[in-house]
Amino acid sequence: MQGNSTGRLRRISASKMFWPFVVLGLILLFNLIFTKGFFNLDIRDGHLFGTTIDILNRSSQIMIIAIGLTLVIATHGIDISVGSVVAISAAMAALLIGGKLVLRGDVQEYVTLVPMPVAILAAVGVAGLAGGWNGLLVSRLKIQPIVATLILMVAGRGVAQLITNGQIITIYYKPFFFLGNGFLFGLPFTVYIVAVVLAFTLFMTRRTALGLYIESIGVNPTASRYSGIKPERIIFWVYVFGSICAGIAGLIVASNVKSADGNNAGDLFELDAILAVVLGGTSLNGGKFYLGGSVIGALIIQSLTTTIYAQGVPPEITLVVKALVVFAVTMLQSESFRKMVFGRFVPVASATPQKESV
Amino acid sequence: MKMALRLNRKFLPLTVTILLFLIMYGAGSMLYTGFFSLQVFLYLLIDNAFLGITAIGMTFVIISGGIDLSVGSVMALTTMISAALLEKSHMSPALVIPIALLSGSTLGFLMGSMIHFFKAQPFIVTLGGMFLARGLCYVISIDSISIKNTTYEAISQARIHLPTGQFISVNVLIFLLVIAAAIYLAHYTRFGRTIYAIGGNEQSAVLMGLPVGRTKILIYTMSGFFSSLAGIVMTFYMLSGYGLHAKGMEMDAIFAAVVGGTLLTGGVGYVVGTVFGTLIYGTIQSIITFQGTLSSWWTRIVIGLLIFVFILLQSIFSSREKKLGSSAPGSGGRKMVRRVLASAQIIAPEKE
Repeated sequence: MQGNSTGRLRRISASKMFWPFVVLGLILLFNLIFTKGFFNLDIRDGHLFGTTIDILNRSSQIMIIAIGLTLVIATHGIDISVGSVVAISAAMAALLIGGKLVLRGDVQEYVTLVPMPVAILAAVGVAGLAGGWNGLLVSRLKIQPIVATLILMVAGRGVAQLITNGQIITIYYKPFFFLGNGFLFGLPFTVYIVAVVLAFTLFMTRRTALGLYIESIGVNPTASRYSGIKPERIIFWVYVFGSICAGIAGLIVASNVKSADGNNAGDLFELDAILAVVLGGTSLNGGKFYLGGSVIGALIIQSLTTTIYAQGVPPEITLVVKALVVFAVTMLQSESFRKMVFGRFVPVASATPQKESV
Repeated sequence: MKMALRLNRKFLPLTVTILLFLIMYGAGSMLYTGFFSLQVFLYLLIDNAFLGITAIGMTFVIISGGIDLSVGSVMALTTMISAALLEKSHMSPALVIPIALLSGSTLGFLMGSMIHFFKAQPFIVTLGGMFLARGLCYVISIDSISIKNTTYEAISQARIHLPTGQFISVNVLIFLLVIAAAIYLAHYTRFGRTIYAIGGNEQSAVLMGLPVGRTKILIYTMSGFFSSLAGIVMTFYMLSGYGLHAKGMEMDAIFAAVVGGTLLTGGVGYVVGTVFGTLIYGTIQSIITFQGTLSSWWTRIVIGLLIFVFILLQSIFSSREKKLGSSAPGSGGRKMVRRVLASAQIIAPEKE
């Protein structure tokens, strides 16, 4: 009886999704005890307001990028250009929407340069093109993913600045602000964007064989090819999808800050997103991936930042705390560390089945 | 004859790097008057000594198959520690420099230990190190601290004249010393050979009985040491400590190593290549300065394109090398594996 329950416990704790949940739970528990009014929710103008809603809203950009990046990482790749793609997409959107002051009768009104849907499609399209470039380099030219995407990471910010002509473009067109700041049925609109992206990705990877293909490519591309999968094609589209996600995040960024800054938009996003994916339990070595884990990873990062601010800790220490959490989670995910620390609590019997199997 | 050819092939990427540097420098000289002078070349060394030193540390890490994202932050932390100790605690430079060097090495040692003992991924561990070092800078001070210490000022302004009339700085001397030491380490010591072996195939290195764990920890310690040395050089150059110094320097260092012919998969790379990679980086910036009207974002686009060209050249050369390798004697097993792999490549296009 007892052995059965410890077995179940071990099975749960061995699940990759377990540790991210524990970390997020710990952060929330900490806030429940130490931060006043952390879980308070107000309704103002029919919208929900509160720290938790704020965390959801603010982490949406990293969540979306992390979802796309999870698939890239599952193929044993990496995309460090997402931050630059965010900047390119934001620059494109800002350039096309901009906002011109026009007199209509007696009313001053801002109008877009091109219709907003066109601008949005163009921004996401450019991001997709960027992803196509990455995908081509990785899948056809067989360049290592980190180097292939390093190219766009460096050049992309230059391209973004080229689009905005080195200036920060301010957006005046009001409807565009809804993307990043609007509310729908009481919740921030960004939450719905994340939900749609997540649902689409989950459907594509879990309801079709695509997810299995991606995992098998990540584990062994040669074996996948023998079993009839075309790694080149799948890897290519995974990079395109990753960049489109970054492009959507870029739209949110541009809408949120009502401007596009080629130099600083999406700065260090790639690192935060990779961190979110890894915190979520997906290994950088490819193979099994956890989309839900990545979303939780992004939540961990944002709730940590918010917690630090809520505690009145000087903002300059944020990075140090973030670093310590990175180290802590890395340790928790490391099997040898877990064995070292928790190993003595596990009955010796656990070692015997391994010996028998050898 | 055959030997000579093969040696050439081994050094081919390195030759390409050096050629590219000469072409770029030549193009600059043709386009702009005053570009082709010994002093402009020496300025490349003066202005990029700190990048070169970190890039050399990075080269060792990459050759071993790892990566170190913390180098830029460690440089910033070193400038900050130096400035704070000199200006706020009024310590002697003779103490400050060892403390600064020790701080970077310690961080590198800790990261290396985590990577080795807990099998953690270098990318994530050094990312944590990057956050930590940058964060510690801000803990020391959010603002820039300028250095007015007389010793530091003297070192910063010292001009060492060459017999031909041109001058270099103390930083260049440090850089040259680091280059010499790194070449010795990489090619004339057991430690260096172990690094190449780990990068080639870690498991084989373990089976050969090489001290893989110790070497891995040492590599990251050394990278931390080189980064903090680069930080000291940067302190001499800037005469200030600031948390925003060396922002993005890790990518510049990776650029220098990659353009220098180091493969990010590990096992292949030369210190000399990285030195030329650094010089190429410096040349691009000099050309843009000389041009005057080019906007700064063109630097990034050009650097991105250069990486692309380089990777293409490298992949062409490396694929040619593989084909030649198959005819090597005593490689029956390898031959078979290659044949299988080749047939896999033949099968795939037919299916498409």
